[in-house]
Amino acid sequence: MSHIVIIGAGECGARAAFALREKQFDGQITLVGAEQHLPYERPPLSKEALLHGHAPKLVSEADRYTEAGIDVLTGMSAESIDAAGKSVRLSNGNTLAYDQLLLTTGARPRPFPGLSGNHHRILTLRTHGDAVEIRHALQPGKHLAVIGGGFIGLELAATARKLGADVTLVEGLPRILTRGVPEAIAAVVAERHRAEGVEILCGAKIKGLSEDRDNARLLLEDGRTIAADLIVVGIGAVPNIELARDAGLLIDNGIAVDGHLRTSAPDIFAAGDCCSFPLAHYGGRRLRLEAWRNAQDQGNLAAANLLGAGEAMSSLPWFWSDQYDLTLQIAGLAEGASQTVRRDMADGAFILFHLDADGGLIAASGIGKGNAIARDIRLAEMIIAAGVRPDPAALAAPAMKLKSLLAA
Amino acid sequence: MSNWVEVCATDDIDEEDVIRFDHEGRTFAVYRSPDDKFFATDGLCTHEKIHLADGLVMDDIIECPKHNGRFSYMTGEAKGAPVCVDLKTYPVKVEAGTVFISL
Repeated sequence: MSHIVIIGAGECGARAAFALREKQFDGQITLVGAEQHLPYERPPLSKEALLHGHAPKLVSEADRYTEAGIDVLTGMSAESIDAAGKSVRLSNGNTLAYDQLLLTTGARPRPFPGLSGNHHRILTLRTHGDAVEIRHALQPGKHLAVIGGGFIGLELAATARKLGADVTLVEGLPRILTRGVPEAIAAVVAERHRAEGVEILCGAKIKGLSEDRDNARLLLEDGRTIAADLIVVGIGAVPNIELARDAGLLIDNGIAVDGHLRTSAPDIFAAGDCCSFPLAHYGGRRLRLEAWRNAQDQGNLAAANLLGAGEAMSSLPWFWSDQYDLTLQIAGLAEGASQTVRRDMADGAFILFHLDADGGLIAASGIGKGNAIARDIRLAEMIIAAGVRPDPAALAAPAMKLKSLLAA
Repeated sequence: MSNWVEVCATDDIDEEDVIRFDHEGRTFAVYRSPDDKFFATDGLCTHEKIHLADGLVMDDIIECPKHNGRFSYMTGEAKGAPVCVDLKTYPVKVEAGTVFISL
């Protein structure tokens, strides 16, 4: 019987395992994950899970794995891959032989430069266990310092305010959300955080971090010291490539895969946060996405291609972030845009459409309360995928339905 | 005994579109298909309780605005991950340009 082994039991690995069954694979499937939990969704970790202290929101309940005949090994990591002999050595000393292997090893928080050793008051947020630890410190009268003005740091700051903690957010660059979020949208987010009482320090250079029994301290180069009950470092993630690298697989800002998610080794695929892939819609530019929907899309695609479908990656980058009652969503890549058109909608919501020099839509970024901008961002994504050159005046006119541009 | 509740005028919903309808503490989504038929489902996605009326209607599909979970709004059938629980549907009738749903 054919055996597919999946290393990494997050959203992507779990999705791939179920997708294999949905596509009628009747061989053996083994899903290996280092965490003690069954695969769970990570987006709530900076939001609802922190706010309400929920148990992890499982991607699928335990009985569904049993029904689907998926063997899940939790609390187990892969130590090494023998690509020639087609086997994986596990942390319990056992060896798993595979016919095909899928690496969905994910990413881990980027550590603060120069900080080593174990800390109790300087943490990162990636796992349910991290969220549980952080939640203890988020109470009225406690002070949280967040390093990094990206999605994780900002969502954490919003949740901490809801729980009544004081928050200082320190960003080294001149503004928050520099990676992939237009300035006008970042400004709305920053303004809202300030209105909610978050102190945001941009352009702040950090000299060092320290902790003792009672406090964590963040020392800035301008001499200022921020004392906090807890510091959370949210300065990005690094892909978990070691297993692949040690097996001789090609690495390029992640495990390098082709448009079909195939690595440089025969019968080994990679998907999700751990891999870099060529993006067809943007001239084959290679990038790595750390995003929930990408994990789903690539999990599905990897399953199809493990079964020989030969399908190329066609989905676009798509992100969202929830902070307070605001949701921002971004579809596509705005880099290289030569024109931006703004569409103002009800209740302060707006969308920026990013067009290239030929008038093609390459990205759309929106922010608003609730899901105010969701439908139009979704339509924009379809317009980008279809390669339509929309009339900028129509994009700017809220009364003009985007659906009509798609049909044109 | 079915309980027909008035929702809106037919013209209040565009073709291939959806509106939200709240009634007695419950929320529904009412759809008009591309071939001009009307349908109704529970208003919240079965994945994370998001209002489906903010989502996109494409042919016979409603797509949740949050995580792109898809359902057939005609049958309520969940069309794959992340949604796995079907939507409840409700009978709809149109009389003299007015849409009613049966609760």
